Amino acid sequence: MIPGRFEYHQPDSVPAAVGLLSDLGDEARVIAGGHSLIPMMKLRLAMPEHLIDLRAIDSLKQISVAGSTVTIGAMATQSDLIDSTELATAAPIVRETALQIADPQVRYVGTIGGNVANGDPGNDMPALMQCLNASFHLHGPDGERQVPAREFYEAAYFTARDDLEILTGISFPACEGGYAYEKQKRKIGDYATAAAAVLLSKAADSSCSQAAIALTNLADTPLYCQEASDHLVQSGVTDASIDAAVQSALGQIEPVDDNRGPVEFKKHAAKVILKRAIENAWARA
Amino acid sequence: MSAAEETMQERQAALKGLGTSRKRVEDARFTQGKGNYVDDIKMPNMLFGDFVRSQHAHARVVSIDKTAALELPGVVAVLTAEDLEPLSLHWMPTLAGDKQMVLADGKVLFQGQEVAFVVAEDRYIAADAVDLVKVEYEELPVLVDPFKAELPDAPVLREDIADQKEGAHGPRRHPNHIFTWEQGDKAAAEAVIEEAPVVAEEMVYYHRTHPCPMETCGAVASMDKVNGKLTLWGTFQAPHVVRTVASLLSGIAEHNIRVVSPDIGGGFGNKVGVYPGYVCSIVASIVTGQPVKWIEDRMENLSATAFARDYWMQGKIAATKEGKILGLWCHTTADHGAFDACADPTKYPAGFMNICTGSYDIPTAYLAVDGIYTNKAPGGVAYRCSFRVTEAAYFIERMIEVLAIKLNMDAADLRALNFIKKEQFPYQSALGWEYDSGDYHTAWNKALDAVDYRGLRQQQSQQVEDFKAGKTRKLMGIGLCHFTEIVGAGPVKNCDILGMGMFDSCEIRIHPTGSAIARLGTISQGQGHATTFAQILATEIGISADDITIEEGDTDTAPYGLGTYGSRSTPVAGAATAMAGRKIRAKAQMIAAYLLEVHDNDLEWEIDRFVVKGAPERFKTMKEVAFASYTQEIPGVEPGLEAVSYYDPPNMTYPFGAYICVMDIDVDTGVTDIRKFYALDDCGTRINPMIIEGQVHGGLTEALAIALGQEIAYDELGNVKTGSLMDFFIPTSWETPNYETDFTETPSPHHPIGAKGVGESPNVGGVPAFSNAINDAFRAFGLTHTHMPHDHWRIWKTANDLGLHS
Repeated sequence: MIPGRFEYHQPDSVPAAVGLLSDLGDEARVIAGGHSLIPMMKLRLAMPEHLIDLRAIDSLKQISVAGSTVTIGAMATQSDLIDSTELATAAPIVRETALQIADPQVRYVGTIGGNVANGDPGNDMPALMQCLNASFHLHGPDGERQVPAREFYEAAYFTARDDLEILTGISFPACEGGYAYEKQKRKIGDYATAAAAVLLSKAADSSCSQAAIALTNLADTPLYCQEASDHLVQSGVTDASIDAAVQSALGQIEPVDDNRGPVEFKKHAAKVILKRAIENAWARA
Repeated sequence: MSAAEETMQERQAALKGLGTSRKRVEDARFTQGKGNYVDDIKMPNMLFGDFVRSQHAHARVVSIDKTAALELPGVVAVLTAEDLEPLSLHWMPTLAGDKQMVLADGKVLFQGQEVAFVVAEDRYIAADAVDLVKVEYEELPVLVDPFKAELPDAPVLREDIADQKEGAHGPRRHPNHIFTWEQGDKAAAEAVIEEAPVVAEEMVYYHRTHPCPMETCGAVASMDKVNGKLTLWGTFQAPHVVRTVASLLSGIAEHNIRVVSPDIGGGFGNKVGVYPGYVCSIVASIVTGQPVKWIEDRMENLSATAFARDYWMQGKIAATKEGKILGLWCHTTADHGAFDACADPTKYPAGFMNICTGSYDIPTAYLAVDGIYTNKAPGGVAYRCSFRVTEAAYFIERMIEVLAIKLNMDAADLRALNFIKKEQFPYQSALGWEYDSGDYHTAWNKALDAVDYRGLRQQQSQQVEDFKAGKTRKLMGIGLCHFTEIVGAGPVKNCDILGMGMFDSCEIRIHPTGSAIARLGTISQGQGHATTFAQILATEIGISADDITIEEGDTDTAPYGLGTYGSRSTPVAGAATAMAGRKIRAKAQMIAAYLLEVHDNDLEWEIDRFVVKGAPERFKTMKEVAFASYTQEIPGVEPGLEAVSYYDPPNMTYPFGAYICVMDIDVDTGVTDIRKFYALDDCGTRINPMIIEGQVHGGLTEALAIALGQEIAYDELGNVKTGSLMDFFIPTSWETPNYETDFTETPSPHHPIGAKGVGESPNVGGVPAFSNAINDAFRAFGLTHTHMPHDHWRIWKTANDLGLHS
């Protein structure tokens, strides 16, 4: 549990950070809260020669709601997300999710940027961001570009981010209607056995006007369930349509056998958790 | 207010003696981060050790190349078995009569085994150098299933003793067989089971887990080559035994070794034995002449230092149709890992597993335990329990439930029908123990009333109906447990560790101004000895507990003792404390008599003073006597006021308790929720009720962890699957339920103050209570028994196998 040798850098602006990353190349890793990277370094599964710490860049810590767009800096901590009253109004599902991540000590340090950028299928924020249809802001040597969360994740720890880019922020439309983030975990601090993010909007005639469903830790990437979401909009939210949507989503999952249980159990848990999330979100819509 | 004007009650209260919920004197420093743990020790020129460990569970070590590591600047030495062999330290004896490799000698037998010890100028360089030591292995077939250990194609693990037919505990029938230990009357028990009207049978597995103290194990060894003295600081639950072992192993005279246990962050049995890290630190310090620190990390602690349990207990229990138990039979397959490093008294290779008749009057019983080698880490320590007592309690409390199912009886009624009755104590059990005292029926009825047991059963029946009608997906389990502990090892006539009798000791010095210091052979790891031992003494000698310093853990100053584990501190060292206090009082009485110019027999003891019988205005306080003992010539009495007592207990003590857990179970997800947990403990005389409550909360939380998910699991290649706290379950406040504690008080008849010990009872009784709740929830659907740990997926599988998801 002793990391290898590395140099530590603390740039004070995004251009300086991007410049450092360009100069140091493959030997460097960007560090945000460090909750994924530092354990990997202690296990020597990651041995970067340089760490570029974003903590001194104040502009990356901001949370703002302008019109109907929410923007969150990559260095906002889970605790910042929980404490933000603006966010609690504009996207209460973010707070509900952040409260289910680990414990207060972890949430004071862990950041949203680190959570989404690392590509760890166990993290909760990636599926939530897909559910919110968020865009990730990437800064690289060639400037800034945006990539939709729904197109960002390629495989476990592999994302659309180029090696020389830094994920600096996230934006998504403020959400309306009902929401739920349901997570089954063995204990505080654990990754999800199964988790589901659901957003549902109820029209005046009680039909479902908008739906978004995404799943955590049930494949090697977060899963956005387009077909399941569409089904609820097309069929309305009934017991039968919920079952159909759940079945559709289950068709996408590829859980693996681990200490949380065998595949068969995880499929069952995913079914139960997603059903509860949809019912809960619809009850709040 | 002068002392004379104080009322008796005020004087009594001022002592803060027995029965007082005195605040823990240790906590001021612990809560402010001012504790002094082994890793806080920093010395000039201190070096750091780190281990190269085996990634294989069974392999031959073909070669070890340390060239690259030695070339790294800052690396001082790399030790291998070859380097230790000339000192005969490449192997060491275990507490169980076996021997264990200090560093891999030709082969490795479990994943995480110590292969080489790197010594470097700082901790980082040591870790870098570990990566540079190149070890070539030739993999061997791996044995993880103890039931396959004696099959014809089983690999032979311990080639060093493959041909040894006689082990430390009798004949060995196979190279992978360690011992067979039998207790009771086999023929009689089997005859009873053969003829009994009702017999219930079950395999009860108590899975492998780990004590996982918050502080891992570690040591700092410092050899002073000028005066030839070795000082060893470490996380030792038994510092004096470590000193004796270190002397025997190293050849350094015992007076030249000082072992110090500083503050210890929890032990739970994990810190009783001797580990390769201690030996290597000592050798490295002797070789380099510099202090050497070794601190293991969490993954090393979980995967290489002593595990607990791993008992496969096959049981048969026989009864009349009315439920009167006639006989008990148990065959246990004990997976000991690669070396037999259990920390049990020498004559008890399966600890006190023969307490497995529990709280019940079982006339005939038989127990056999087969110890088996596998490619897993060694250990088998008493994790917050007396030796193998949680295994025994879990076994009998599961067997009672299984029998209740067979008889179609209420499990609470079945227990009450079979409890040893109050008037039967002292009770001779069929497996050889003499239970000192108990009043099980009173405790049991109090517990059942406290939770409204009959009401709970009605609710449960209703819930089963609702479940069947599709109105709920939750089931309710009621987990019952009545346990009997056996602690306070133990009488020197049958209890020893490496030959050292399991007495304990206390030495008291009263200072001239009437305060005192007492030193003991035990060592607190969080139990609060500095608080409670002062309370015992306060009541015995009439000096306020606040004026008594308790010191433990330094073998240069403390009297010899066997240490703290198996709830033995209060039963043994606590008794020594009371007895030493009584010696003080006896001498003080002579001095007081002289000062008051009366005969010794004309005085009586009253709280904090000697009073002349019939003349209450004439008295001498202990404080006055103490002063006189140093300042006046007392004819025929030596100056000073000191005493020492070495206490050899005449018997074990037998704490007991009644626990009831009410649990709600989500059948679809396997998620559990503890609705209520009621814990009644009878630990005899209660020294500090607040500390007892804290101990019960802590022990129950560890029991919850074990029952609901905590395990050391291996895959078929012998890889540890649960080597970090991501997978090894340690409950946080979130997972920890509210506990209701209660008590009855049945003093031990043979202990000087009647105390029995309590620290481990909640783990012993808690595990069956939690597990029984899970099992009970599914009883209505045909479940007889399901194995721990009851984590989400296993509960789900139980429900699934019962068809509850269709």
